[in-house]
Amino acid sequence: MGQTPEVFKQPHVWETEGSSRIPFWAYTDEAIYKKELDRLFYKGHWSYIGLEAEVPNPGDFKRTVIGERSVVMTRDMDGAINVVENVCAHRGMQFCRERHGNKKELVCPYHQWNYSLKGDLQGVPFRRGVKQDGKVNGGMPKEFKTEDHGLNKLKVATRGGVVFASFDHEVEPFEDYLGPTILGYFDRLFNGRKLTILGYNRQRIPGNWKLMQENIKDPYHPGLLHTWFVTYGLWRADNKSELKMDEHFRHAAMISTRGTGGKKEEVTQGVTSFKENMEVLDKRLIDIVPEAWWNGPTALMMTIFPSVIFQQQVNSVSTRHIQPNGHGSFDFVWTHFGFEDDTPEMTQRRLIQANLFGPAGFVSADDGEVIELSQFGFEQKPSHRAVAELGGYECENTDHMVTETLIRGMYNYWRKVMEV
Amino acid sequence: MDMATATNGQTVIDLLRLYGDYAAAVDSAQWDKWVEFFVDDCEYKIQPRENFERGFPLSTLALLSKNMLKDRVYGIHETLYHDPYYQRHVVGMPVIREDKDGVIIAEANYAVFRTKLSGESTVFNVGRYLDKIRREDGKLKFVSRLCIYDTEMIPNSIIYPI
Ligand code: FES
Ligand SMILES: [Fe+2]
Repeated sequence: MGQTPEVFKQPHVWETEGSSRIPFWAYTDEAIYKKELDRLFYKGHWSYIGLEAEVPNPGDFKRTVIGERSVVMTRDMDGAINVVENVCAHRGMQFCRERHGNKKELVCPYHQWNYSLKGDLQGVPFRRGVKQDGKVNGGMPKEFKTEDHGLNKLKVATRGGVVFASFDHEVEPFEDYLGPTILGYFDRLFNGRKLTILGYNRQRIPGNWKLMQENIKDPYHPGLLHTWFVTYGLWRADNKSELKMDEHFRHAAMISTRGTGGKKEEVTQGVTSFKENMEVLDKRLIDIVPEAWWNGPTALMMTIFPSVIFQQQVNSVSTRHIQPNGHGSFDFVWTHFGFEDDTPEMTQRRLIQANLFGPAGFVSADDGEVIELSQFGFEQKPSHRAVAELGGYECENTDHMVTETLIRGMYNYWRKVMEV
Repeated sequence: MDMATATNGQTVIDLLRLYGDYAAAVDSAQWDKWVEFFVDDCEYKIQPRENFERGFPLSTLALLSKNMLKDRVYGIHETLYHDPYYQRHVVGMPVIREDKDGVIIAEANYAVFRTKLSGESTVFNVGRYLDKIRREDGKLKFVSRLCIYDTEMIPNSIIYPI
């Protein structure tokens, strides 16, 4: 008989070779989480900010976050996109509380320091002091230069109407960051057409943020957990599919082409979620119309590490922004969009298919649920580990989806950057 | 003259009964009964206040016919894996905005509490109902019910109708 394992063993060491066995403490340890914020969100990586269509006019702004740091995206008077940190250069107040709007300048309410939309400090009240009884009182020291006290400006990349930013001005160019393979899929979705915003969904999921990346790097579950997908052939293990990663294995694309669905096959044998006799009463829920830009695949799910997922599930397209807030929770913000050349019918179709996704989605609601319950499992015995060995131990691209290769890929990269 | 006073007493009573019966049905998991509060060509939406006020058409759930409501009920019973929970609605007094040609426009505030097994009761979703109601077979039914919610972050997911 082996020893009963210690549940809260320290220090935390990754005990196995490779990345197929993921220790539960990777999801539960507060120090690891803080290190992730520093190394994955605040340094060396690009994070999702939003869509240019959210700030169409000069003066428009949108408040969002990178990791846990509040930032503001603005469109300045020259029409350019800027991202600044939402911390006043004076005494640190988070000055922007509205989530969107239009302003000519950014003003901190506390002492009225005001900044241009690019983040430059324009003026400081009482800079030259206040005259009283023939004498000037106070004021800023002579050496004070407004140029030294702008807002923290981030490095910004825009492509195809999507905005990314980084606190790290040394970060590699955005195109290199994605790598040629993933960039190709990115350009397929964001091919230069103007985007139209259909709206937002916001949910708080009580689980570690990496679980959401894993969920969309996991083609094992959709055909099992999601009855909807299986039955209508939207996502089944026998669909024609490919899994692709960048050279670092941090980003991925799951590419799938819808099968015929319906009939019983090997992959649905014994799968309790498969309902052969299920039929939607209102067919508009699965009224799928192929679009030219698809070039084949009916579903293409992209995980851009660490902050965002780009979704094409048939006619429903969205961005899903991961906003961590603690080791055991993240906010998940969905932005559904369409394209400027959509007919009213196509817009309506995208909106109806949106019923499958989001916090109440016929399909996606259960993803949030299993993430919450996974976190429960991790918290109860952090010294244990997950097994991601479907399809072996390697990190490789595949032409099928019966594998957890993308999850192994992400942890291969994670171990390197986190040095664990 | 105030719209509410223009509505006859029986209509007000019927409306209160509709609101009460609806809440009782969705709080006791009678999903098949829930569907019957609607006319065939109905609309039921759960939409964030943000989208509603900014004119974005997206809803968290947008069911556009009684058949789609039935599809949702099937989903709740058969396809949507979820952590089981109870829900409890507290619905405020309805305000009748209009009562004309047999169509009532009304609204009411609501708060929904969620209780998970072995868990505490928490505020789950808070907002207001915007309703269009018409009489059918002697009963008041929803032509449309919009649940416009203030709740900024949905606590994970919404499975059951609000
Ligand atoms: S803290 Fe912003 S102006 Fe003083
Ligand atoms: Fe899923």
